[in-house]
Amino acid sequence: MSDSKAAGKTRRELFEQRQRRRSTAIAATSTLLFLLAVIIFVPMTPGWEKVQKSFFNGAVLAKTFPKLIEAFKLNIMIFLWSAPLIAILGLLVALARDAKSPALFPLKILSAAFTDVFRGVPVILTVYLIGFGIPGLGLPRPWNSPYIWGSLALILTYSAYVAEIFRAGIDSVHPSQRSAALSLGLSERQVMRDIVLPQAVRNVVPSQMNMLIALQKDVSLLSFIGPVEIFRQAGVYKSLMANFTPYVGAAIIFLVVTIPATRYADFLLARQSRQRS
Amino acid sequence: MIKQTIFAAVSAALTASTAIAGGHCAAGKTLTDGKLTVATGNPAYFPWVLDDAPESGNGFEAAVVYAVAEEMGFAAADVAWVRSSFDEAIQPGAKNFDFNIQQYSITPERDEIVDFSAPYFTAPMAVLVGPGAVDTKATMEALKGLQWGASGSHTSVQKLMNDILPTKDLLLYGDNADINAAISANQIDAALFDLPTALFLSAVMIEGSKVIGQFAADESQGGDQFGMLLEDGNPLKVCIDDALAEMTSNGTLAAIEATWLQDTTGVPLIK
Repeated sequence: MSDSKAAGKTRRELFEQRQRRRSTAIAATSTLLFLLAVIIFVPMTPGWEKVQKSFFNGAVLAKTFPKLIEAFKLNIMIFLWSAPLIAILGLLVALARDAKSPALFPLKILSAAFTDVFRGVPVILTVYLIGFGIPGLGLPRPWNSPYIWGSLALILTYSAYVAEIFRAGIDSVHPSQRSAALSLGLSERQVMRDIVLPQAVRNVVPSQMNMLIALQKDVSLLSFIGPVEIFRQAGVYKSLMANFTPYVGAAIIFLVVTIPATRYADFLLARQSRQRS
Repeated sequence: MIKQTIFAAVSAALTASTAIAGGHCAAGKTLTDGKLTVATGNPAYFPWVLDDAPESGNGFEAAVVYAVAEEMGFAAADVAWVRSSFDEAIQPGAKNFDFNIQQYSITPERDEIVDFSAPYFTAPMAVLVGPGAVDTKATMEALKGLQWGASGSHTSVQKLMNDILPTKDLLLYGDNADINAAISANQIDAALFDLPTALFLSAVMIEGSKVIGQFAADESQGGDQFGMLLEDGNPLKVCIDDALAEMTSNGTLAAIEATWLQDTTGVPLIK
């Protein structure tokens, strides 16, 4: 026994190791072949030179990239003030939809209507309607700012989604826990605050991470009502230079932010499913 | 007299048809032989195209297209219209139009990706202000302090960022309708357009607005010359340039301008 331990691996483990090495080798070879094919054949296509000139133009990228990063700061700012408000409003709507008391029935209906409407309307329409519509009522500056009303449009839309996720989280806490807590003499309110919500929120953190990533991209929709964030800035360069490279630059900046965030969300999800199994 | 007219018409028709058959400049260079496919915006705006109906020939650009087509030997019936967005027009690759006309300003950067015809119009940029700012003086100093808006795909953005240098952050929009909404909502004080568009918007679209001044056309170089956009290397460019040169020298172009574009002499120059 101790001998075989010292030798390290059982025959089965050795076999599996060989299998793994073999599949790694195959994966590496096929990836390499694929990349080679792309590198060799794509530039051979007749339109490549033009595509390269208008999508992957190094000179244009170098010229526009600093300004794009500058504009991206505005995206981050809008994101930062919208996200906490979305979390709060989303949670409130979820709680309203879950209200048990008959007296709160109107609240329940209202919150259901809220989620239906704002999940059902494309974000860009909400941005337009709220961003131009409400200031059009004659609000004085600075209260008619597109930053305020555009952000509100995002907040309303996203909190509708976030509320549904919170509600799923609340539903995922087994009813027996509620009953147990109630039988211990806790009030409905205490049960929700101290027993249900802490578990519900934990359960939905990975899903909410995905909403954060989506929000981060949708901030760009505010560009339609005025703010010059990264998407608009790239669009301005695109028009002036008749070149799409600034869009590629913007995509790179987005990816630098969203890829780590997506990986983190995946990690949270994997950890959660490990803990549950 | 009548005989003469008929003779003129017949001979014109004959020369037109022989022109194409006999190797006129444009022969064999268009997408569909014998047809001229022209793209314009969707929608196309007044006063460039009236009622979004370029096939009527009404409006400055629509009229220019039919005049150019005639000059190149195409009958009016041989002009086919398609619609395109700005992006579609500057994408690399094959185009679904022979040329595209929607107030494209000729810039050297754009010229690297696509081709432009010779300019058919030189438009000064003009300042349109909303009801809240009609008393603004037409000086650079006064303009700096306004809350500015502009169309994100227009060369006016460059003008704003390089020359006017507003003190407040610029707001940019997708098209003129959105700028209109922003002015109406009092989110912006002023916007920069080409002069004919500005005059139209202030007269018809935005109540209480006013065109307070224009920039000298030669001062903002390059940005204000409108050209027809063609795919890079399109051989038709030579024919269009010839036609435009002919129309400039025989006064056709000026006559079309006088017919379709408002008199712009009343707008003061910005100092």
